[in-house]
Amino acid sequence: MPTTLYDKLWDSHVIAQGECGECLLYIDRHLINEVTSPQAFDGLREAKRQPWSRGSIIATADHNTPTSHWERGIEDPMAREQVEVLDQNIRESGALAYFPFKGADQGIVHVVGPELGATQPGMTIVCGDSHTSTHGAFAALAFGIGTSDVEHVLATQTLVMQKSKNLAVVINGDLHDGVYAKDLALAIICQIGTAGATGYAIEFMGKTISQLSMEGRMTLCNMAIEAGARTGLVAVDDVTVDYLKGRRFSPPTEQWETAVEYWQTLRSDDSAHFDRTVHIDAKHIKPMVTWGTSPEMVVGIQGKVPNPAQEQDLVKRSGLERALRYMALTPGTPMRDIKIDKVFIGSCTNARIEDLRIVAKLVEGKQVASSITQALIVPGSGAVRRQAQAEGLDLIFTAAGFEWREPGCSMCLGMNDDRLSPGERCASTSNRNFEGRQGMGGRSHLMSPAMAAAAALSGYLTDITEASQ
Amino acid sequence: MIPFVTERGQVALLDQNNVDTDAILPKQFMKSIKRSGFGQFAFDEWRYLDAGELGMDCSKRPLNPDFEPNQQKYQGASILVTRANFGCGSSREHAPWALLEYGFRTIIAESFAEIFRGNCLKNGILTVTLDKSIIDQIFVEARSASHYYVCVDLESGTVSLPDGVSIPFKIEPNVQEKLLNGWDDIELTLKHAEKIRTFEASRWQQLPWLAP
Repeated sequence: MPTTLYDKLWDSHVIAQGECGECLLYIDRHLINEVTSPQAFDGLREAKRQPWSRGSIIATADHNTPTSHWERGIEDPMAREQVEVLDQNIRESGALAYFPFKGADQGIVHVVGPELGATQPGMTIVCGDSHTSTHGAFAALAFGIGTSDVEHVLATQTLVMQKSKNLAVVINGDLHDGVYAKDLALAIICQIGTAGATGYAIEFMGKTISQLSMEGRMTLCNMAIEAGARTGLVAVDDVTVDYLKGRRFSPPTEQWETAVEYWQTLRSDDSAHFDRTVHIDAKHIKPMVTWGTSPEMVVGIQGKVPNPAQEQDLVKRSGLERALRYMALTPGTPMRDIKIDKVFIGSCTNARIEDLRIVAKLVEGKQVASSITQALIVPGSGAVRRQAQAEGLDLIFTAAGFEWREPGCSMCLGMNDDRLSPGERCASTSNRNFEGRQGMGGRSHLMSPAMAAAAALSGYLTDITEASQ
Repeated sequence: MIPFVTERGQVALLDQNNVDTDAILPKQFMKSIKRSGFGQFAFDEWRYLDAGELGMDCSKRPLNPDFEPNQQKYQGASILVTRANFGCGSSREHAPWALLEYGFRTIIAESFAEIFRGNCLKNGILTVTLDKSIIDQIFVEARSASHYYVCVDLESGTVSLPDGVSIPFKIEPNVQEKLLNGWDDIELTLKHAEKIRTFEASRWQQLPWLAP
């Protein structure tokens, strides 16, 4: 029977199945950060249990770590304690790899894993972080979990789960210049909503997807959770295989061909049944920008802030009105009239080398607008940072007036020193524009790195397709 | 996990779609390495008029009168009634920990985000999905009453409203059984330890590059 990619991945990891359809699923790779793991390790100790498989663990500190003045260490005592507790837990439990604060390869776990080849097709990958869906770009069944499940995986190398339904998001056509994977992700969320894929695993397919780089695919899968799906997937092709060749944890030379042969089976069969299919024409997608406090509150850059009065549902209307109040915006305002205070280019969505190259190309020889109070560029990992510096990108950024930082989650969620102050408006390449997400009272507009770079140069939300002409 | 059998309690209302986990427990409170101490910070940026930080004495903080659960009649509520896609966003289990410590054993909503729902169930918080029309009715009735008590019975899978009307809700039988008994997931899974080992050995034999 023809099978979807999700079904293949699921079925190959089922150890046992209960009467009600719940499955005991084997977990191949466990990514660990400092925020969602301390209580899990405590739980293990209290129950006098040992980690099942040290060799599945990749750990790094990312949420709390500062991105500047590393010589000062972590000044916030609670953040420092969390990072030190991770150090201690990994020392005790062991791991396949650990990238501590200030380590050469430290960075955001969803950037570090793939670039080291620790993310591989056919794996199940979990982490106490919802953006674990990123790794689905490699045809891996990857999803975020809570701390109780972190403990469950540590103790048993499994999870008890119900199978999701299959959703195909089929995207065909060529993307216009200045339109990127981030715009695709926001356009999908605009169409189906932030709960549109709840209960589904999304497979992104079609010609447009096959033309995306691995970085672009990771951006897309990263945002699957913002559409309500735990998991986003892309089938294996030559792009996947080429990316993984020669990376630190990729299969060794003597097993490479066998691995590739297996990986190439990781695609949905022709005529496999999907419970739901969404079709999108790439040529209709414009650069997208969020205006509100949910990723579904998004329009094309040429659009205007919507009018809640046009919404019939009273609860939805009230939500739109609340978002407008929080964002201090007026219905009908052209998006391009919105003035920006800060710019953040980074996060597990958009802090890879390709993202930084795009930004460098746009800002070379130009200057950040004088009205911008801070423009941050935060690489996703030590490796990305070194690569960018080897290419001279850091010099382009600093000459243009950007701050070039050390790797980490940074202003994406403001758990560290990088955050917005009340009322500050930010052009951000991160993934969530919730109230207070980047700092209490901060106002976040999500967009692609190219769009954030354009906003930095003009001081306003700017249409990159016009700015680059 | 504390078993869940029935909960008869006062309702508190939160009339918003897409309440995200950043709103339920803002990030600054996630720096704690404990599982407790979060209840007083639940909905912090909506609940209080000042900025909250870990270690604050919340009893002296100014409450936001516009935040509906702050109303006197909702104090001591053990059942939260809210709208669609509750708990979207981050997978932080700190959000259910905060809600449980706030006093909620049940959350009734039009729909839930998937990871959040799983995290609630792991902590003995029952998530009940009801039709929008029923939720609308609860909002109208609870707002006009001085107190509004609801009874949630997990065994029969029903929510009983004050007028005696009993509304059935769906729950997976295995989840129902775990909640009713307060079973520990890990303990149950470790009964399959031999199966896990066999599966693992076979997987590593077939796909040797995955073996650590």
